Amino acid sequence: MTPRVLVVEGLKAGYGDRVVLRGVSLSVKRGEKVVIMGPSGSGKSTLLKCIVRLVEPWAGRIVLDGEEVTSNSADLRRIRAKTGFVFQQYNLFPHMTVLRNLTLPLEVVKKLPKKEAERKALKLLRMLGLEEFAHKYPLQLSGGQQQRVAIARALAMDPVLLLLDEPTSALDPELRYEVLETLFEIARQGRSMLIVTHELDFAEAAADRLILLDNGVVIEEGDPWEMIHNPRTERTKRFLVKIMRKSISA
Amino acid sequence: MEWAFFIISIIPDLIKGLLTTLEISVTSFIMGLALAVMLAPARIFAPRPISLIARGYIELLRGTPLLVQLLLIYFGLPSVGIKLDAYTACILAIGLNSAAYQAEILRGAMKSIPETQFLAAESLGMSTAQAYRYVVLPQALRVAIPALVNEFVTLIKESSLASVIGVVELTRRGEYLVAYTFRALEVYVAVALIYFVVCALASQATRILEKKLMIPGYERGVT
Ligand SMILES: Nc1ncnc2c1ncn2[C@@H]1O[C@H](COP(=O)(O)OP(=O)(O)O)[C@@H](O)[C@H]1O
Ligand SMILES: [Mg+2]
Repeated sequence: MTPRVLVVEGLKAGYGDRVVLRGVSLSVKRGEKVVIMGPSGSGKSTLLKCIVRLVEPWAGRIVLDGEEVTSNSADLRRIRAKTGFVFQQYNLFPHMTVLRNLTLPLEVVKKLPKKEAERKALKLLRMLGLEEFAHKYPLQLSGGQQQRVAIARALAMDPVLLLLDEPTSALDPELRYEVLETLFEIARQGRSMLIVTHELDFAEAAADRLILLDNGVVIEEGDPWEMIHNPRTERTKRFLVKIMRKSISA
Repeated sequence: MEWAFFIISIIPDLIKGLLTTLEISVTSFIMGLALAVMLAPARIFAPRPISLIARGYIELLRGTPLLVQLLLIYFGLPSVGIKLDAYTACILAIGLNSAAYQAEILRGAMKSIPETQFLAAESLGMSTAQAYRYVVLPQALRVAIPALVNEFVTLIKESSLASVIGVVELTRRGEYLVAYTFRALEVYVAVALIYFVVCALASQATRILEKKLMIPGYERGVT
């Protein structure tokens, strides 16, 4: 098995005639935590979606866990079933209980028997301190709780790679903390993660690598602490200052 | 006063007719819903030939009078060897017709479900069919409740067309009563009143159903 769980080479993508990604290359090693930062509109969400082909890439190659995602014969459902995707807006299924949100994909995608799916889901909810919400509905929970449930739903699939798209940015500052704590916990367990976030604390303390994306290209990549404290280019510096100002004012 | 006694005296007879009306309405509504649940996604998700067929079906049935469809099924089909009794023919005609309207209601409701719900289902590895069945449809049906109840009320009224081919439902019962009492005014007033009461009660179902099926937490207005 390759030590790299994800390889992206020369990825180009966009919408209609609007080019968004102009040749992005990156990789994630097994167990590695990689943070992506970049200005709004730089193509971060598009990049994550391309990795599981929720957006169709125009060109380039994506290999996930040894499987070529970009091949015409790729089994997309199996590839998606072994990655976890966490959205900025949680996207839980509001008409199902928290427990059902976790067991449904286990039953219909992973084909687990109902009992086993429930056992697994409850174990995970317990681990993330969400057990008391198992029989509640998503809209009865706070945003932070909903996002933790969404993380639990993604983890339930035993993903080889967890993709998270700004998991804390829809939340009020006081609710971000509980989600961050959950993310730290998962990072500690050694799960491979590719996470778009502007949380500098997380990038510094939990990430192995930081990638800066701007206007559809990777402009800098390296050790998070180094990049944040000794940015090499003016552009990086300006960008980081902008983020810091935002996270202070938020 | 005499007319009041007369109306009361014909009520039991009319109630019998009403039961047939309700049988026809409920059966054809359920048939319509079952078809609509397949037609609406066929129009949206299916590959081109199938979605065109679904669309053609919907437009054809909405673009021609129900009475003509009924006559076609009852009097027309026998000449290609399909002979149906009047009761079956009218359930079939009304059901097929209502399917087209319900499919459009459902399609509208599906459009109101955020695209992100579909995306989330797909991101978990669900097929389009699974995403529709477990995620989009249950939410769309809730959104569609008022329009579907409205369609059911319309259908109760339209089921009076069954009288044309001799099904003895509420309207036809009324015609019989007029034929041997010659009191058209009182009889048809009574018939109209019964339709009115039943439709008013059915409309009430909207509120009850909506309340019963409301997504918990939704009342807070969070999306
Ligand atoms: N579904 C879409 N259709 C058309 N344009 C889109 C769509 N999604 C995103 N875009 C555009 O693509 C660009 C990149 O978007 P996105 O990947 O969401 O950026 P980011 O996540 O970095 O803010 C933006 O200009 C956005 O307006
Ligand atoms: Mg984004």
